[in-house]
Amino acid sequence: MLKKTFPTAADAFADLKSKGVLRDGMTVMVGGFGLCGIPEYLIAALRDSGVKGLTCVSNNAGVDDFGLGLLLQTRQIRKMISSYVGENATFEKQFLSNELEVEFNPQGTLAERIRAGGAGIPAFYTATGVGTPVAEGKETRAFFRPGQGVGGATIPGKGFGGRSVKPGSEGRATQSGEAREYVLETGLYADLALVKAWKADEFGNLIYRETARNFNPMMATAAAFVIAEVEHIVPTGEINGDAVHTPGSFVDRIVKATPEKRIEQRTVRKG
Amino acid sequence: MPLTRDQIVQRAARELRDGYIVNLGIGIPTLVANHVPAGMDVWLQSENGLLGIGPFPTETEVDADLINAGKQTITARKGASYFSSSDSFAMIRGGHIDLCILGAMQVSQHGDIANWMIPGKMVKGMGGAMDLVAGVKRVVVAMEHNAKDGAFKFVNKCSLPLTGQNCVHMLITDLAVFEFDEAKKKFVLTEVAPGETVQSVRAKTEAGFGVAEAVRTVAV
Repeated sequence: MLKKTFPTAADAFADLKSKGVLRDGMTVMVGGFGLCGIPEYLIAALRDSGVKGLTCVSNNAGVDDFGLGLLLQTRQIRKMISSYVGENATFEKQFLSNELEVEFNPQGTLAERIRAGGAGIPAFYTATGVGTPVAEGKETRAFFRPGQGVGGATIPGKGFGGRSVKPGSEGRATQSGEAREYVLETGLYADLALVKAWKADEFGNLIYRETARNFNPMMATAAAFVIAEVEHIVPTGEINGDAVHTPGSFVDRIVKATPEKRIEQRTVRKG
Repeated sequence: MPLTRDQIVQRAARELRDGYIVNLGIGIPTLVANHVPAGMDVWLQSENGLLGIGPFPTETEVDADLINAGKQTITARKGASYFSSSDSFAMIRGGHIDLCILGAMQVSQHGDIANWMIPGKMVKGMGGAMDLVAGVKRVVVAMEHNAKDGAFKFVNKCSLPLTGQNCVHMLITDLAVFEFDEAKKKFVLTEVAPGETVQSVRAKTEAGFGVAEAVRTVAV
């Protein structure tokens, strides 16, 4: 059987250039929310590979000296597709000097673009962002809400019950029966995805832990090559199939590592 | 007398109902969690993938894998569930959240909201705000009535780039409470802060609004 486990992140990256997986100008998805659930060692290995001109799809951009901040420091990232990048001064400097291009996506739209890309769906309509800068230059179309159609059936452009669909301006959930405007967003697919899970088996079945799950499961489905950094690896068969979050077929390589798990906002109560 | 920050929070907490699934924005709205009325069961959702936020952890309970959308360490309550970001926004965008409370830079008389960017300033991103205002069943904004320099925040038309349009159901400020009337397509003033009047509120507001038949004083 093809061996997916590698002793270190550097080992997992060693032949990726010769295989054509790693190249300048490629698109990389990196899991995590803030510094929670980021593949720490895989990010460092990507930095050490020296590949540049990267487009990075990641909800955030790490902090100055950790997470994706590492690749910003070395100027290996050309463009970020993110929803929020608040905690990184290096990012701010490069963004303001036009060294770094940024495409902001609403967080749910970003999550769904990745899910759609991985699921073979090239585009979808969403109400998120209608009437905002996010929808500028994008196609919009009026639909009834999924819950408004008779028996759930909503026929684009035709509506239901013989009524035509005309755009209403209502964002609020109303009983008026008016159609609502939706904006067309495209699916995202990357050359490489770096994800972080808690536990894997040797086949690559993954289990995530708590809120470290976030964007990782979708990203594991939405790239040509997928590497998972995990805290535990067990023999195939030891994970109950019912407990698997990401089926092993999505994962190409697995690296076991003990992460630092830096905390951005340590907030405690007395007791 | 304008309401204090804490009084705004307490007023916002009165919008909670037993059994509600609620998302609280970062900042003032987060504090609403401290004012859930006794005996009321409210489930707090965190858009990074948790339903059932518990109290902040003790020093020994801190877990780097368990944070809220503001990246603070938290705990999970009994019955909590974890899910991916796409499931989380299916919950939000799909209308499965009863209430969200969030802050704003501007709210327009049409119920538009602007709370994510100021042109010319460093843009940090909208995070999940656009999805929340587009998808949650009831959107409540809690904000100061005017900016620090006295500028209007409840305006005819937002001058800042929008987060969402026609989406705000209720506006709670330090001066008054407004409910959006779907039939009249405008906000209606329903409550004023102690010592404020319809006239004093109007003097500090650019937006047009109606006035309820019986305007109450916010209970503090």
